[in-house]
Amino acid sequence: MRLSFVSKEVGNGLRRNFTMTVALIVSVAVSLSLVGAALLLSAQVDRMKGYWYDKIEVSIFLCGDSSVTYTCTGSITIEQRKNVERILDTLDPVQNVFYESSADAYAQFKEQFAGSAILANISPDALPASFRVKLDNPENFEQVASALQSVQGVESIQDQRKLLDRFFQILKGLQSFALAIALAMLFVTVLLVMNTIRVAAFARRRETSIMRSVGASNMSIRLPFILEAAVAAMLGSTLATAGILASKYWLIDARLAPNLTFIPFVTWNEVLVIVPVLYLVGLGTTILAASVTLRRYLKG
Amino acid sequence: MINFDKVSKQYKNSNTPALNEIDLNIEQGEFVFLVGQSGSGKSSLLRLLLKEEKPTSGTVTVDGINVGKLPNRKVPAFRRSMGIVFQDFRLLPGKTVFDNVAFGMEVIGKSKKEIEQRIPAILDLVGLDEKAHRLPSELSGGEQQRVALARAFVNKPKLLLADEPTGNLDPSTSVGIMKLLDRINRTGTTIVMATHDVAIVDQMRKRIVQMENGNIIRDQERGMYGHTGH
Repeated sequence: MRLSFVSKEVGNGLRRNFTMTVALIVSVAVSLSLVGAALLLSAQVDRMKGYWYDKIEVSIFLCGDSSVTYTCTGSITIEQRKNVERILDTLDPVQNVFYESSADAYAQFKEQFAGSAILANISPDALPASFRVKLDNPENFEQVASALQSVQGVESIQDQRKLLDRFFQILKGLQSFALAIALAMLFVTVLLVMNTIRVAAFARRRETSIMRSVGASNMSIRLPFILEAAVAAMLGSTLATAGILASKYWLIDARLAPNLTFIPFVTWNEVLVIVPVLYLVGLGTTILAASVTLRRYLKG
Repeated sequence: MINFDKVSKQYKNSNTPALNEIDLNIEQGEFVFLVGQSGSGKSSLLRLLLKEEKPTSGTVTVDGINVGKLPNRKVPAFRRSMGIVFQDFRLLPGKTVFDNVAFGMEVIGKSKKEIEQRIPAILDLVGLDEKAHRLPSELSGGEQQRVALARAFVNKPKLLLADEPTGNLDPSTSVGIMKLLDRINRTGTTIVMATHDVAIVDQMRKRIVQMENGNIIRDQERGMYGHTGH
């Protein structure tokens, strides 16, 4: 079948079915925007994880004079500290260890809260000495914790990741929410495609019956319908892509990044990777829905 | 060309068979009238020839092809080998005469060049060469049926099936259509025409296959309709 003939048929079909086509385009655009937003959010979470997990440490606070946990009997002894250090050395995930004495901690504290009233209430020995431990992967925290939590001289072990994880959970929740709405919208899109195709097939039953009676193949009878859905999906995907790119350019780069300098934002590369996914999902869903519907309504 | 061998067709929601062990043979180049009342089995017979239905039993052979056993994917190619004309013309209202006839060639992938060469000739044959750019709504019924005939014949099929082609036309227009069918027949195309039109059948003096309740009750060379009292 010649291309000009097919494209003419597709153009005619889209024009005749204008309202349905517009509905289809918008629905594809909205559902794909949400898919895109979910993917963007997931890329954003990954990026922040990579950035912050690199910086976070495990703090192993050592016993001080006023410690009351069962692993403490007054201030940590040199012997106990050596022991903790030895255990840390045997642990695989541990990359490097930094010892901060009580005095170092106070100095650091003094620097951070210079001029503040809090300073007067804190005595130099109130801040415990600690090991700052950097892990190859923050997820291996449990391994360190279980090895050290009942060792004499260790008061407590703090995982900074926990603080971040609460934040990431919120982002993950947001992402699941976007994905759920996206799936619902995709479902609506599928129904819309089916209905559009059904209406189009009904409106053109005369043409298709004539085509069939002159021996047109099933493919050439169905192709114009499928292409119509595909053109609409293409336009919808393009709108969604434009939305995603615009939010990167105008929202992330122009508004968020300059104000939230401590947050690493998704790069253009990560955004551009999403684009083909959107087209694939948009075209795939509509073409599949159209083919299934045609199988039912345009029996060869 | 066409052979029915003990063909029966039983529709699901009916008690009596639409066709009852039909035997019928039609040679290449024949012109056959299929007559009988509505519900006599004429349409079922045509539908079997087009593979719109499968026989319940028996074999239908068209040009050496066992139609009942033809796989669905081969049906389009099979239908390209024949032309079909209907009582209601079945022209596309938005397309000109030229485009309607071209449609029959376009859907089977003929090139633009072939189409432009072939269509003037075929429009000339059906006498519509001067109305190529009219729309179907601007044509009389007879002219519309000529367009339909041009479309059915444009790919030069060996077999042309006509289902009541004069059913919507007045007698004088019908004569024109019959002359055209006769001309097509003389190019060697086999024609099977289902009809009620007594006058035409009597005038043409072609082979008549008469059906009643799913049986062939008469098969006569150069027959007349009226001989069994219709």
